[in-house]
Amino acid sequence: MNLNLLFSLAAILVLGCVGYFVPNAGLQMFFGVILPYIAVLTFLCGVIWRVMKWAKSPVPFRIPTTCGQQQSLPWIKQNKIDNPSTTTGVIIRMFFEIFLFRSLFRNTKAEIKDGDKISYEWEIFLWVGALAFHYSFLTVLVRHLRFFFEDTLLKEKLFFVGIIETLDGFFQIGLPIVLISGFVLLAAVLFLLSRRVLNPQVKYISLAADYFPLLLIAGIAATGLWMRYIERVDVTAIKQITLGIVSFNWTSIDVMKSVSGTFYLHLFFICTLLIYFPFSKLMHAAGVFLSPTRNLANNSRMVRHINPWNPEVKVHSYESYENDFREKMIEAGLPVDKES
Amino acid sequence: MNDKIKIIAGLIIFVAICLSPFFMGLGSDSNKGPDPVISETAKKKGKCILEKTEMAKQHMVILDQWRNSVVRDAQRVYTTKDGKRFDMSLSNTCLDCHDNKKEFCDRCHDYASVTPYCWDCHINPKEVK
Ligand code: HEC
Ligand code: HEC
Ligand code: HEC
Repeated sequence: MNLNLLFSLAAILVLGCVGYFVPNAGLQMFFGVILPYIAVLTFLCGVIWRVMKWAKSPVPFRIPTTCGQQQSLPWIKQNKIDNPSTTTGVIIRMFFEIFLFRSLFRNTKAEIKDGDKISYEWEIFLWVGALAFHYSFLTVLVRHLRFFFEDTLLKEKLFFVGIIETLDGFFQIGLPIVLISGFVLLAAVLFLLSRRVLNPQVKYISLAADYFPLLLIAGIAATGLWMRYIERVDVTAIKQITLGIVSFNWTSIDVMKSVSGTFYLHLFFICTLLIYFPFSKLMHAAGVFLSPTRNLANNSRMVRHINPWNPEVKVHSYESYENDFREKMIEAGLPVDKES
Repeated sequence: MNDKIKIIAGLIIFVAICLSPFFMGLGSDSNKGPDPVISETAKKKGKCILEKTEMAKQHMVILDQWRNSVVRDAQRVYTTKDGKRFDMSLSNTCLDCHDNKKEFCDRCHDYASVTPYCWDCHINPKEVK
């Protein structure tokens, strides 16, 4: 088996054992309260650090990737989204990139056919898998807000949480009602993982940093589904823990001890993800906003962009040259612009 | 290019959203739990379908079994492990003992922000009278 995959699997297994067995050895307070604080703090500081590092790097030229006809002569039709020359165009382009993953949509695969002919085919499943994954993850995340706010606030101000949960349970299957997003999330993450395992080309370029986050998120989704549909943990006790964390008014140790190991495993995986996030490729979540190949207008032929770190050049203009040598020039009979 | 102002504004919004549960939750004592009231009627009539700790986690599963059994198989009688028999009914059995839906079912559900859709059709006998 691939060493990168093996390493990631081993890491998840070790983390899983820690998350499942260690909290119940009397360390509920650490794993249920202290670690989440550390994780949130690391996540936020890490994200700020990474983004500020990017913000400091100079972008001297316009380097948008051009995926269509640029603005040119009036009778040549410009592709205003894929080769934008205005801010509006850039905003539309970024919207499609961030919300619909337009560049993934163009994914192709190369294959050798009939012995020696290479053919390129449109391959849409990466895009479909990515959309399913990101949107189900977002839905799951929003639904979890019900654990972090009090009910009155959820009903009065944050009613979108309830609306999303109702839509998520649209089919009204079973009790507790089946919420589709969780299953879609697990299926999508397993599909994205299977690409990296089964497709030899993709496997060849996959690193541990690719396998690990996928496995970690699969672990989070699986433990979540397990708690809701199979083990059926005590949701009110868990909300006591989560509300205790956000109000800095921690719930009693008896409640923390009454909650099953699966919950602590779920929480431990999430804390791992939060701590890992800023230092990994998962930072593409912020990076997509800052990628200069997408967020710059292709207007190099209309606007002069001056390199911000060009050194100050000391110039000696003809005017000052003449001022310096006027008398000598007149003596020598050379023409001058200004007499004396 | 100098987009630092925009980037910092974006970061501030992001951090504020991430920390919003902490701002809203600060100083609240909602970690206490819902404290549902077992009514006198329930106490008098005896034990619940399952043990108490089991009930808190499994009651929706039982209701699902009951519903399927009644609606699909027309089986209306449920026998517990210790031989007690119950008429499988949400309004007539559960709410007969737990005749304080507001202080019992609702208190828990409000705390956990779950809104069972059962009451679109089923009634709370107390409220009708
Ligand atoms: C100890 C607190 C508690 C009490 C008391 C309680 N419930 Fe619940 N109930 C819950 C929790 C927590 C859930 C959500 C479980 C989940 O989301 O996984 C739930 C879910 C449900 C659901 C499934 C809702 C859905 O959309 O998934 C039904 C139906 C339900 N309860 C009915 C009742 C009825 C009827 C009563 C009163 C006779 C009652 N419950 C009393 C805690 C309680
Ligand atoms: C015979 C009367 C009776 C019936 C019928 C009954 N219950 Fe109970 N229920 C009780 C009693 C008494 C308790 C408290 C158990 C204890 O203290 O050991 C209880 C406890 C519970 C609890 C746990 C409350 C907590 O604080 O954790 C839930 C949830 C619950 N019942 C839901 C239901 C549901 C749903 C139904 C219908 C399927 C139902 N009960 C039917 C008498 C009843
Ligand atoms: C669309 C309306 C509707 C909704 C919503 C609904 N039910 Fe029912 N339910 C019915 C009907 C109709 C029956 C059949 C009544 C009968 O035959 O006695 C029934 C029967 C039942 C029964 C057995 C009979 C009885 O008297 O209770 C149970 C238990 C039950 N439902 C539970 C639930 C639960 C739990 C929910 C919420 C998760 C729910 N139902 C939501 C319409 C509904």
